[in-house]
Amino acid sequence: MGLHLRILLSVVTSPTGEMMTATTDDTTHSHVQVAQAAQPAAQAHGQQHPIKLYLLVWGLLFVLSACSYLVDYFDFQGYLRWFLIVVFMLLKAGLIVAVFMHMAWERLALVVAILAPPMAVLVLMAMMAWEGDYTNYLRVIFFGA
Amino acid sequence: MTAEPVTTEHVTTELNLRSSLHGMVADWSSDQRSFKSASWGKAMMWIFLVSDTFVFSCFLISYMTVRMSTTVEWPHPSEIFALEIGGKKIPLILIAIMTFDLITSSGTMAMAVNFAYARERRKAAILMLVTAFFGAAFVGMQAFEWTKLIHEGVRPWGNPFGAAQFGSSFFMITGFHGFHVSIGVIFLLIIARAVWRGDYDVGRRGFFTSRKGRYEIVEIMGLYWHFVDLVWVFIFAFFYLW
Repeated sequence: MGLHLRILLSVVTSPTGEMMTATTDDTTHSHVQVAQAAQPAAQAHGQQHPIKLYLLVWGLLFVLSACSYLVDYFDFQGYLRWFLIVVFMLLKAGLIVAVFMHMAWERLALVVAILAPPMAVLVLMAMMAWEGDYTNYLRVIFFGA
Repeated sequence: MTAEPVTTEHVTTELNLRSSLHGMVADWSSDQRSFKSASWGKAMMWIFLVSDTFVFSCFLISYMTVRMSTTVEWPHPSEIFALEIGGKKIPLILIAIMTFDLITSSGTMAMAVNFAYARERRKAAILMLVTAFFGAAFVGMQAFEWTKLIHEGVRPWGNPFGAAQFGSSFFMITGFHGFHVSIGVIFLLIIARAVWRGDYDVGRRGFFTSRKGRYEIVEIMGLYWHFVDLVWVFIFAFFYLW
Protein backbone atom coordinates (compact mmCIF):
# COMPACT_ATOMS: atom_id res chain seq x y z
CA MET A 1 0.00 0.00 0.00
CA GLY A 2 2.75 2.43 0.95
CA LEU A 3 4.58 1.74 -2.27
CA HIS A 4 1.42 2.27 -4.21
CA LEU A 5 0.96 5.67 -2.55
CA ARG A 6 4.49 6.74 -3.41
CA ILE A 7 4.08 5.70 -7.02
CA LEU A 8 0.78 7.49 -7.18
CA LEU A 9 2.24 10.66 -5.76
CA SER A 10 5.15 10.61 -8.17
CA VAL A 11 2.71 10.16 -11.03
CA VAL A 12 0.58 12.99 -9.78
CA THR A 13 3.50 15.31 -9.15
CA SER A 14 5.59 14.85 -12.25
CA PRO A 15 3.51 16.73 -14.84
CA THR A 16 3.38 20.04 -13.01
CA GLY A 17 5.79 19.79 -10.13
CA GLU A 18 3.05 21.45 -8.15
CA MET A 19 2.86 18.84 -5.47
CA MET A 20 6.53 19.05 -4.68
CA THR A 21 6.04 22.64 -3.71
CA ALA A 22 2.95 21.73 -1.77
CA THR A 23 4.88 19.23 0.34
CA THR A 24 8.22 20.95 0.77
CA ASP A 25 6.42 24.22 1.28
CA ASP A 26 4.90 23.01 4.49
CA THR A 27 7.30 24.72 6.85
CA THR A 28 7.30 27.97 4.95
CA HIS A 29 3.56 27.83 4.78
CA SER A 30 3.09 27.45 8.50
CA HIS A 31 5.46 30.32 9.24
CA VAL A 32 3.46 32.58 7.00
CA GLN A 33 0.19 31.56 8.59
CA VAL A 34 1.50 31.96 12.12
CA ALA A 35 2.78 35.38 11.24
CA GLN A 36 -0.48 36.37 9.67
CA ALA A 37 -3.13 35.18 12.03
CA ALA A 38 -1.39 33.80 15.12
CA GLN A 39 -3.52 30.67 14.78
CA PRO A 40 -2.92 27.62 16.96
CA ALA A 41 -0.22 25.33 15.63
CA ALA A 42 -2.66 22.63 14.57
CA GLN A 43 -4.49 25.00 12.31
CA ALA A 44 -1.31 26.16 10.65
CA HIS A 45 -0.76 22.59 9.48
CA GLY A 46 -4.02 22.70 7.54
CA GLN A 47 -4.17 20.28 4.65
CA GLN A 48 -4.43 22.46 1.58
CA HIS A 49 -3.60 20.97 -1.76
CA PRO A 50 -4.19 22.02 -5.33
CA ILE A 51 -7.78 21.58 -6.48
CA LYS A 52 -6.35 20.17 -9.70
CA LEU A 53 -5.07 17.16 -7.80
CA TYR A 54 -8.51 16.50 -6.32
CA LEU A 55 -10.10 16.74 -9.74
CA LEU A 56 -7.54 14.30 -11.14
CA VAL A 57 -8.23 11.80 -8.35
CA TRP A 58 -11.95 12.27 -8.83
CA GLY A 59 -11.53 11.47 -12.53
CA LEU A 60 -9.40 8.43 -11.76
CA LEU A 61 -12.01 7.14 -9.30
CA PHE A 62 -14.66 7.51 -11.99
CA VAL A 63 -12.57 5.58 -14.50
CA LEU A 64 -11.73 2.84 -11.99
CA SER A 65 -15.38 2.50 -10.95
CA ALA A 66 -16.37 2.29 -14.60
CA CYS A 67 -13.74 -0.43 -15.08
CA SER A 68 -15.05 -2.51 -12.18
CA TYR A 69 -18.59 -2.05 -13.47
CA LEU A 70 -17.48 -3.26 -16.90
CA VAL A 71 -16.08 -6.42 -15.29
CA ASP A 72 -19.66 -7.25 -14.39
CA TYR A 73 -21.16 -5.91 -17.61
CA PHE A 74 -18.95 -8.08 -19.81
CA ASP A 75 -19.51 -10.92 -17.38
CA PHE A 76 -15.89 -11.99 -16.80
CA GLN A 77 -15.78 -15.12 -14.67
CA GLY A 78 -13.36 -17.06 -12.52
CA TYR A 79 -9.96 -15.88 -11.38
CA LEU A 80 -9.82 -13.06 -13.94
CA ARG A 81 -12.98 -11.56 -12.46
CA TRP A 82 -11.73 -11.76 -8.86
CA PHE A 83 -8.32 -10.43 -9.79
CA LEU A 84 -9.73 -7.42 -11.63
CA ILE A 85 -12.27 -6.65 -8.90
CA VAL A 86 -9.62 -6.71 -6.18
CA VAL A 87 -7.13 -4.65 -8.19
CA PHE A 88 -9.64 -1.91 -8.99
CA MET A 89 -10.91 -1.98 -5.40
CA LEU A 90 -7.43 -1.55 -3.90
CA LEU A 91 -6.51 1.21 -6.35
CA LYS A 92 -9.68 3.11 -5.48
CA ALA A 93 -9.20 2.61 -1.75
CA GLY A 94 -5.58 3.75 -2.02
CA LEU A 95 -6.53 6.92 -3.89
CA ILE A 96 -9.24 7.83 -1.39
CA VAL A 97 -7.06 7.24 1.66
CA ALA A 98 -3.90 8.83 0.22
CA VAL A 99 -5.30 11.96 -1.36
CA PHE A 100 -8.84 12.61 -0.15
CA MET A 101 -8.03 11.65 3.43
CA HIS A 102 -4.57 13.26 3.14
CA MET A 103 -2.73 10.18 4.39
CA ALA A 104 0.08 10.85 1.90
CA TRP A 105 0.97 14.04 3.77
CA GLU A 106 0.67 12.74 7.33
CA ARG A 107 3.66 11.66 9.36
CA LEU A 108 4.61 8.00 9.36
CA ALA A 109 3.73 7.73 13.07
CA LEU A 110 0.06 8.36 12.26
CA VAL A 111 0.06 6.42 8.99
CA VAL A 112 1.32 3.26 10.69
CA ALA A 113 -0.97 3.66 13.71
CA ILE A 114 -3.99 3.84 11.40
CA LEU A 115 -3.13 1.45 8.58
CA ALA A 116 -1.36 -1.35 10.48
CA PRO A 117 -4.12 -2.51 12.91
CA PRO A 118 -6.67 -3.28 10.15
CA MET A 119 -4.17 -5.79 8.75
CA ALA A 120 -5.28 -8.05 11.63
CA VAL A 121 -8.54 -8.35 9.71
CA LEU A 122 -6.68 -10.44 7.12
CA VAL A 123 -5.98 -13.04 9.80
CA LEU A 124 -9.66 -13.22 10.75
CA MET A 125 -10.50 -13.46 7.07
CA ALA A 126 -8.14 -16.40 6.57
CA MET A 127 -9.52 -18.17 9.66
CA MET A 128 -13.12 -17.68 8.63
CA ALA A 129 -12.42 -18.77 5.06
CA TRP A 130 -11.02 -22.00 6.47
CA GLU A 131 -14.00 -22.37 8.78
CA GLY A 132 -16.54 -21.61 6.05
CA ASP A 133 -14.93 -24.13 3.76
CA TYR A 134 -15.05 -26.77 6.49
CA THR A 135 -18.73 -26.08 7.27
CA ASN A 136 -19.52 -26.39 3.58
CA TYR A 137 -17.67 -29.73 3.45
CA LEU A 138 -19.62 -31.07 6.43
CA ARG A 139 -22.92 -29.97 4.91
CA VAL A 140 -22.14 -31.69 1.66
CA ILE A 141 -21.22 -34.91 3.49
CA PHE A 142 -24.12 -35.03 5.97
CA PHE A 143 -26.91 -33.36 4.04
CA GLY A 144 -25.78 -34.50 0.61
CA ALA A 145 -26.61 -31.19 -0.99
CA MET B 1 7.40 27.97 16.65
CA THR B 2 10.19 30.38 15.72
CA ALA B 3 10.16 32.36 12.53
CA GLU B 4 13.65 31.47 11.36
CA PRO B 5 14.29 31.42 7.61
CA VAL B 6 13.78 28.04 5.98
CA THR B 7 16.91 26.55 4.46
CA THR B 8 17.07 23.58 2.15
CA GLU B 9 18.72 21.58 4.90
CA HIS B 10 15.88 22.42 7.24
CA VAL B 11 13.29 21.20 4.73
CA THR B 12 15.15 17.95 4.10
CA THR B 13 15.36 17.12 7.81
CA GLU B 14 11.70 17.92 8.21
CA LEU B 15 10.79 15.64 5.30
CA ASN B 16 12.94 12.82 6.64
CA LEU B 17 11.31 13.04 10.03
CA ARG B 18 7.88 12.88 8.43
CA SER B 19 8.35 9.78 6.37
CA SER B 20 11.23 7.74 7.82
CA LEU B 21 11.15 4.98 10.42
CA HIS B 22 13.57 7.03 12.46
CA GLY B 23 11.06 9.86 12.46
CA MET B 24 8.28 7.50 13.48
CA VAL B 25 10.26 6.25 16.49
CA ALA B 26 11.12 9.82 17.41
CA ASP B 27 7.42 10.79 17.25
CA TRP B 28 6.27 7.87 19.34
CA SER B 29 8.96 8.29 21.99
CA SER B 30 8.56 12.04 22.32
CA ASP B 31 6.78 13.89 25.09
CA GLN B 32 3.02 14.43 25.13
CA ARG B 33 2.13 14.02 21.47
CA SER B 34 2.75 11.13 19.13
CA PHE B 35 0.82 12.54 16.21
CA LYS B 36 2.66 15.76 15.43
CA SER B 37 0.77 16.51 12.27
CA ALA B 38 -2.69 15.83 13.65
CA SER B 39 -4.64 17.71 16.29
CA TRP B 40 -6.44 15.68 18.93
CA GLY B 41 -9.70 16.08 17.04
CA LYS B 42 -8.27 14.65 13.87
CA ALA B 43 -6.45 11.84 15.69
CA MET B 44 -9.68 10.91 17.49
CA MET B 45 -11.61 10.82 14.23
CA TRP B 46 -8.95 8.55 12.74
CA ILE B 47 -9.12 6.24 15.74
CA PHE B 48 -12.92 6.13 15.49
CA LEU B 49 -12.57 5.29 11.82
CA VAL B 50 -10.20 2.43 12.61
CA SER B 51 -12.76 0.99 15.03
CA ASP B 52 -15.45 1.44 12.39
CA THR B 53 -13.21 -0.40 9.95
CA PHE B 54 -13.34 -3.39 12.27
CA VAL B 55 -17.13 -3.24 12.46
CA PHE B 56 -17.51 -3.25 8.69
CA SER B 57 -14.81 -5.89 8.34
CA CYS B 58 -16.75 -8.14 10.68
CA PHE B 59 -19.88 -7.71 8.55
CA LEU B 60 -18.04 -8.42 5.33
CA ILE B 61 -16.17 -11.39 6.77
CA SER B 62 -19.33 -12.94 8.20
CA TYR B 63 -20.90 -12.46 4.77
CA MET B 64 -17.92 -14.28 3.25
CA THR B 65 -18.29 -17.08 5.78
CA VAL B 66 -21.99 -17.70 5.17
CA ARG B 67 -21.53 -17.45 1.43
CA MET B 68 -18.72 -19.99 1.49
CA SER B 69 -20.46 -22.42 3.81
CA THR B 70 -23.89 -22.59 2.16
CA THR B 71 -24.58 -25.42 -0.25
CA VAL B 72 -27.43 -23.53 -1.90
CA GLU B 73 -26.52 -21.36 -4.86
CA TRP B 74 -25.87 -17.70 -4.01
CA PRO B 75 -28.30 -15.31 -5.78
CA HIS B 76 -26.72 -13.40 -8.70
CA PRO B 77 -26.40 -9.75 -7.66
CA SER B 78 -25.89 -8.80 -11.28
CA GLU B 79 -29.45 -9.91 -12.11
CA ILE B 80 -31.13 -8.98 -8.84
CA PHE B 81 -29.90 -5.41 -8.99
CA ALA B 82 -30.62 -4.99 -12.68
CA LEU B 83 -33.07 -2.32 -13.73
CA GLU B 84 -35.25 -2.19 -16.78
CA ILE B 85 -34.60 1.04 -18.63
CA GLY B 86 -36.39 1.59 -21.94
CA GLY B 87 -37.42 -2.03 -22.16
CA LYS B 88 -33.82 -3.25 -21.81
CA LYS B 89 -32.47 -4.93 -18.70
CA ILE B 90 -29.17 -3.34 -17.64
CA PRO B 91 -27.24 -5.30 -15.00
CA LEU B 92 -26.32 -3.62 -11.72
CA ILE B 93 -27.08 -0.17 -13.12
CA LEU B 94 -28.58 1.30 -9.95
CA ILE B 95 -25.53 0.29 -7.93
CA ALA B 96 -23.24 1.82 -10.55
CA ILE B 97 -25.15 5.11 -10.35
CA MET B 98 -24.94 5.00 -6.54
CA THR B 99 -21.19 4.45 -6.79
CA PHE B 100 -20.66 7.43 -9.07
CA ASP B 101 -22.94 9.52 -6.87
CA LEU B 102 -20.88 8.77 -3.78
CA ILE B 103 -17.56 9.38 -5.54
CA THR B 104 -18.85 12.73 -6.72
CA SER B 105 -19.85 13.64 -3.18
CA SER B 106 -16.32 12.75 -2.05
CA GLY B 107 -14.87 15.06 -4.69
CA THR B 108 -16.99 17.99 -3.59
CA MET B 109 -16.13 17.28 0.06
CA ALA B 110 -12.40 17.37 -0.70
CA MET B 111 -12.81 20.76 -2.34
CA ALA B 112 -14.90 22.02 0.57
CA VAL B 113 -11.97 21.25 2.89
CA ASN B 114 -9.68 23.28 0.63
CA PHE B 115 -11.96 26.29 0.60
CA ALA B 116 -12.50 26.09 4.35
CA TYR B 117 -8.75 26.33 4.97
CA ALA B 118 -8.58 29.18 2.47
CA ARG B 119 -11.22 30.95 4.62
CA GLU B 120 -13.65 31.10 1.69
CA ARG B 121 -16.55 30.13 3.86
CA ARG B 122 -19.41 30.62 1.40
CA LYS B 123 -17.80 28.36 -1.17
CA ALA B 124 -16.95 25.80 1.51
CA ALA B 125 -20.51 25.80 2.85
CA ILE B 126 -22.04 25.47 -0.62
CA LEU B 127 -19.75 22.57 -1.48
CA MET B 128 -20.70 20.89 1.80
CA LEU B 129 -24.37 21.33 0.95
CA VAL B 130 -23.74 19.79 -2.47
CA THR B 131 -22.01 16.90 -0.72
CA ALA B 132 -24.99 16.50 1.61
CA PHE B 133 -27.31 16.55 -1.40
CA PHE B 134 -25.43 13.71 -3.09
CA GLY B 135 -25.39 11.83 0.21
CA ALA B 136 -29.15 12.22 0.57
CA ALA B 137 -29.60 11.11 -3.04
CA PHE B 138 -27.56 8.01 -2.25
CA VAL B 139 -29.77 7.16 0.73
CA GLY B 140 -32.82 7.76 -1.45
CA MET B 141 -31.58 5.31 -4.08
CA GLN B 142 -30.84 2.82 -1.35
CA ALA B 143 -34.39 3.16 -0.03
CA PHE B 144 -35.64 2.50 -3.56
CA GLU B 145 -33.42 -0.58 -3.81
CA TRP B 146 -34.61 -1.92 -0.45
CA THR B 147 -38.25 -1.35 -1.40
CA LYS B 148 -37.78 -3.16 -4.69
CA LEU B 149 -36.12 -6.15 -3.03
CA ILE B 150 -38.67 -6.36 -0.25
CA HIS B 151 -41.46 -6.34 -2.85
CA GLU B 152 -39.70 -9.18 -4.63
CA GLY B 153 -39.81 -11.19 -1.41
CA VAL B 154 -36.28 -10.78 -0.05
CA ARG B 155 -36.30 -11.15 3.74
CA PRO B 156 -33.49 -11.54 6.29
CA TRP B 157 -34.49 -15.20 6.67
CA GLY B 158 -35.01 -16.14 3.03
CA ASN B 159 -35.60 -15.10 -0.54
CA PRO B 160 -36.90 -16.58 -3.79
CA PHE B 161 -33.53 -16.39 -5.58
CA GLY B 162 -31.28 -18.77 -3.67
CA ALA B 163 -29.32 -19.01 -0.42
CA ALA B 164 -31.30 -17.73 2.57
CA GLN B 165 -28.29 -15.87 3.98
CA PHE B 166 -28.36 -13.40 1.09
CA GLY B 167 -31.09 -11.31 2.70
CA SER B 168 -29.54 -10.97 6.14
CA SER B 169 -26.12 -10.11 4.68
CA PHE B 170 -27.65 -7.58 2.31
CA PHE B 171 -29.79 -5.81 4.89
CA MET B 172 -27.08 -5.73 7.54
CA ILE B 173 -24.26 -4.51 5.33
CA THR B 174 -26.07 -1.96 3.18
CA GLY B 175 -28.26 -0.91 6.10
CA PHE B 176 -25.31 -0.15 8.32
CA HIS B 177 -23.60 1.70 5.50
CA GLY B 178 -26.73 3.69 4.67
CA PHE B 179 -27.02 4.59 8.35
CA HIS B 180 -23.48 5.96 8.24
CA VAL B 181 -24.32 8.03 5.17
CA SER B 182 -27.46 9.40 6.86
CA ILE B 183 -25.54 10.45 9.97
CA GLY B 184 -22.92 12.02 7.69
CA VAL B 185 -25.59 14.06 5.89
CA ILE B 186 -26.94 15.36 9.21
CA PHE B 187 -23.50 16.41 10.41
CA LEU B 188 -22.65 17.95 7.04
CA LEU B 189 -25.73 20.14 7.32
CA ILE B 190 -24.88 21.19 10.88
CA ILE B 191 -21.29 22.10 10.02
CA ALA B 192 -22.21 23.73 6.71
CA ARG B 193 -24.55 26.01 8.67
CA ALA B 194 -21.80 26.95 11.09
CA VAL B 195 -19.36 27.61 8.25
CA TRP B 196 -21.91 29.68 6.35
CA ARG B 197 -22.58 31.87 9.41
CA GLY B 198 -18.87 32.35 9.93
CA ASP B 199 -18.89 30.72 13.38
CA TYR B 200 -15.23 29.79 13.01
CA ASP B 201 -14.22 33.33 12.08
CA VAL B 202 -15.89 35.03 15.03
CA GLY B 203 -15.21 32.24 17.53
CA ARG B 204 -18.86 31.54 18.27
CA ARG B 205 -19.35 28.70 20.73
CA GLY B 206 -20.96 25.45 19.63
CA PHE B 207 -24.46 24.70 20.92
CA PHE B 208 -23.45 21.28 22.20
CA THR B 209 -19.82 21.63 23.25
CA SER B 210 -19.89 25.32 24.28
CA ARG B 211 -16.40 25.53 22.80
CA LYS B 212 -15.03 27.59 19.97
CA GLY B 213 -14.56 25.60 16.79
CA ARG B 214 -11.94 25.85 14.07
CA TYR B 215 -12.07 25.37 10.33
CA GLU B 216 -10.27 22.09 10.90
CA ILE B 217 -13.68 20.60 11.72
CA VAL B 218 -14.40 20.63 7.98
CA GLU B 219 -11.39 18.42 7.36
CA ILE B 220 -12.41 16.09 10.20
CA MET B 221 -15.93 15.90 8.78
CA GLY B 222 -14.30 15.17 5.43
CA LEU B 223 -12.38 12.25 6.91
CA TYR B 224 -15.65 10.67 8.03
CA TRP B 225 -17.28 11.31 4.68
CA HIS B 226 -14.41 9.85 2.65
CA PHE B 227 -14.43 6.84 4.96
CA VAL B 228 -18.07 6.21 4.10
CA ASP B 229 -17.08 6.32 0.43
CA LEU B 230 -14.17 3.98 1.17
CA VAL B 231 -16.45 1.43 2.82
CA TRP B 232 -18.71 1.55 -0.22
CA VAL B 233 -15.71 0.69 -2.44
CA PHE B 234 -15.35 -2.57 -0.50
CA ILE B 235 -19.08 -3.31 -0.36
CA PHE B 236 -19.35 -2.67 -4.10
CA ALA B 237 -16.49 -5.08 -4.81
CA PHE B 238 -17.34 -7.87 -2.39
CA PHE B 239 -21.11 -7.83 -2.21
CA TYR B 240 -22.24 -6.61 -5.62
CA LEU B 241 -19.48 -7.68 -7.99
CA TRP B 242 -18.12 -10.89 -6.46
